[in-house]
Amino acid sequence: MTTVHLGMPLVRAPRGVGMLREQEPFPAAARRALADPQLRANIRRATGTIRDKRQRMVDEVPDWEQLRDAGSALKAATMARLPELLVQLEEQVTARGGTVHWARDAHEANRIVTSLVQATGADEVVKVKSMATVEIGLNQALEAAGIAAWETDLAELIVQLGRDRPSHILVPAIHRNRAEIREIFRREMPGLGTEVPADLSDVPAELAALSRRHLRAKFLSARVAVSGANFAVAETGTLAVVESEGNGRMCLTLPQTLITVMGIEKLVPTWRDLEVFLQLLPRSSTGERMNPYTSTWTGVTPGDGPQELHLVLLDNGRSATLADEVGRSALHCIRCSACLNVCPVYERTGGHAYGSVYPGPIGAVLSPQLTGVQDNASLPYASSLCGACFDACPVKIDIPRLLVELRAQHVEARAEEHPVPSAEAVAMAAAAWTMARSKRWVRAQRASRIGRLLARRSGRLPALPFPLARWTSSRELPVPPEETFRDWWARERG
Amino acid sequence: MSAREQVLARVRSALGADPEVPSVPRDYRPAGDHLPGAAELVELLEDRLRDYRAGVRRASREAVPQAVAAALAEHGSPSVVVPPGLPADWVPGAVVDDPPLDVQALDRTGAVVTACAVAIAETGTLVLDGSPDQGRRAVTLVPDLHVCVVPVGQIVGTVPEALARLDPLRPLTFVSGPSATSDIELERVEGVHGPRRLEVVVVED
Repeated sequence: MTTVHLGMPLVRAPRGVGMLREQEPFPAAARRALADPQLRANIRRATGTIRDKRQRMVDEVPDWEQLRDAGSALKAATMARLPELLVQLEEQVTARGGTVHWARDAHEANRIVTSLVQATGADEVVKVKSMATVEIGLNQALEAAGIAAWETDLAELIVQLGRDRPSHILVPAIHRNRAEIREIFRREMPGLGTEVPADLSDVPAELAALSRRHLRAKFLSARVAVSGANFAVAETGTLAVVESEGNGRMCLTLPQTLITVMGIEKLVPTWRDLEVFLQLLPRSSTGERMNPYTSTWTGVTPGDGPQELHLVLLDNGRSATLADEVGRSALHCIRCSACLNVCPVYERTGGHAYGSVYPGPIGAVLSPQLTGVQDNASLPYASSLCGACFDACPVKIDIPRLLVELRAQHVEARAEEHPVPSAEAVAMAAAAWTMARSKRWVRAQRASRIGRLLARRSGRLPALPFPLARWTSSRELPVPPEETFRDWWARERG
Repeated sequence: MSAREQVLARVRSALGADPEVPSVPRDYRPAGDHLPGAAELVELLEDRLRDYRAGVRRASREAVPQAVAAALAEHGSPSVVVPPGLPADWVPGAVVDDPPLDVQALDRTGAVVTACAVAIAETGTLVLDGSPDQGRRAVTLVPDLHVCVVPVGQIVGTVPEALARLDPLRPLTFVSGPSATSDIELERVEGVHGPRRLEVVVVED
């Protein structure tokens, strides 16, 4: 990837805060996930269902490819004009009664939100699901300041009450089944003042009704809400939140103060541009023609909704990502999660193995870009490069290409740090030497037939000794054929 | 340097001197095949709404009060709130949200009846824009049943047609079926925090 340096240092998301970094390398975390049959069953069922629904809804739209092209170009055009559009958004929001704040990183964003809440005198906030606030660890920062943050999206509530971590962009509790959710509710809700019926079943409708009872009092009494934003329109200063349950509407409508935290990449230039994304997003994410509720608000409306509005614009590694001419397209992501649901790797490991709030294929490129590749070094390898994610992406982000580019960056960075070549580099150099001359190649192919003897019983080759074991520990070697193509050709046609 | 200046400076530096701005192809469908209010669109809207498990009934302009009463009776809603601009004879005996009710009073109210600004047939979406006959956002959020009256002339085919008719400076709510969640094993459950029932009365000219 070409990186532009013009004197301004690249600044990444800071360490020690939020949820963007792998705690352990992906292969180690993935191996544990693969050993958990319950987790794999939950995720396989969920991703399979949502894949089918999405495909049906996409097939229904005759101009889907044209919409994808428009969405892709709109995002690229937005990135190219980002400085002027951000300034325009700020002007519009301010002119209509809102206040705009800028945050260089997670620490700064957390400080801004905490002090805004403290200024209202409130000691609790209701929250509508927001990837940006999980990314910066806002709940933990608020808690440290003595402010309780109540997640109100059902899946986020399950994650919060289960002291768990989100594992999917759209359905963060996708790794839990109904029986597990029932147990979390029974264990946690009584301590928070919600009576749980002794005969609570694990029927989803009953569990959803319980979450409604649990949160209703909070909604009706909350004075401050924190939200994310799916889109912001520079032309008008309009913000949009796309959701299903109505918890978003509750947060955006009932409290006196609304604080919205949004990554600087979430802009669209004009109101009209939403016509593209409001078609692409619901069908790609939940596989619906439209999600139950979308709210848009432009500044303060007297007598309707919050009378104090704040917008926190968050960098946290985004400008560094933007500096990469190829890699910047990861910022086009509209967080639909279509790439997760089609990914064979995600389907087997689930989201936790990725270590970041952004899992799956898009997470494997976005997380290392926001943090710097050295802090998420294994993620670019967490992919089979099969290309399903590129086909599913509603804004046509070429995720496989970005993964390969990031791998190259990582290898270059490592080569600078370690002048002694790795075992893999030695093996690849040997392979290149062998393949460069046809005689060497023919000899090597014949020699490979020895492998057939090793594989006689199992039909598989055993793990190779060190250092080649580093290759075979996560891969099965194909058994060499009985006859090479060259030998066959010589016998039949020679 | 302030955070604002620093973020903007970093973004400018990241983009380089003269970033190329690609043009945006707009060859997707700006509109559907039918004019607003066409019979095909009314049928499509009804189909989509039923798919979200919303109730739909049709009425002539004169019969709106009876159709609304039938929708309310179906769910046994004793108390009804209406925004101040709704025609007074549509819901006799309703509480008018003027002066505005507090949220506790709204929470004790069983149903709300409103008009709407635009309906999108292809997606089964009703859009409320806070006009006097649609009311504040809280009014259509807290009660358990929402009855929405939609004249056929407001029904358009596509999302682009709808956005072109809307004023972005108003607070807008796009409603596609009743509140729903799919967070537990992706099984759709109607009725979480927003209204659990949506009834639509389509008004024919």
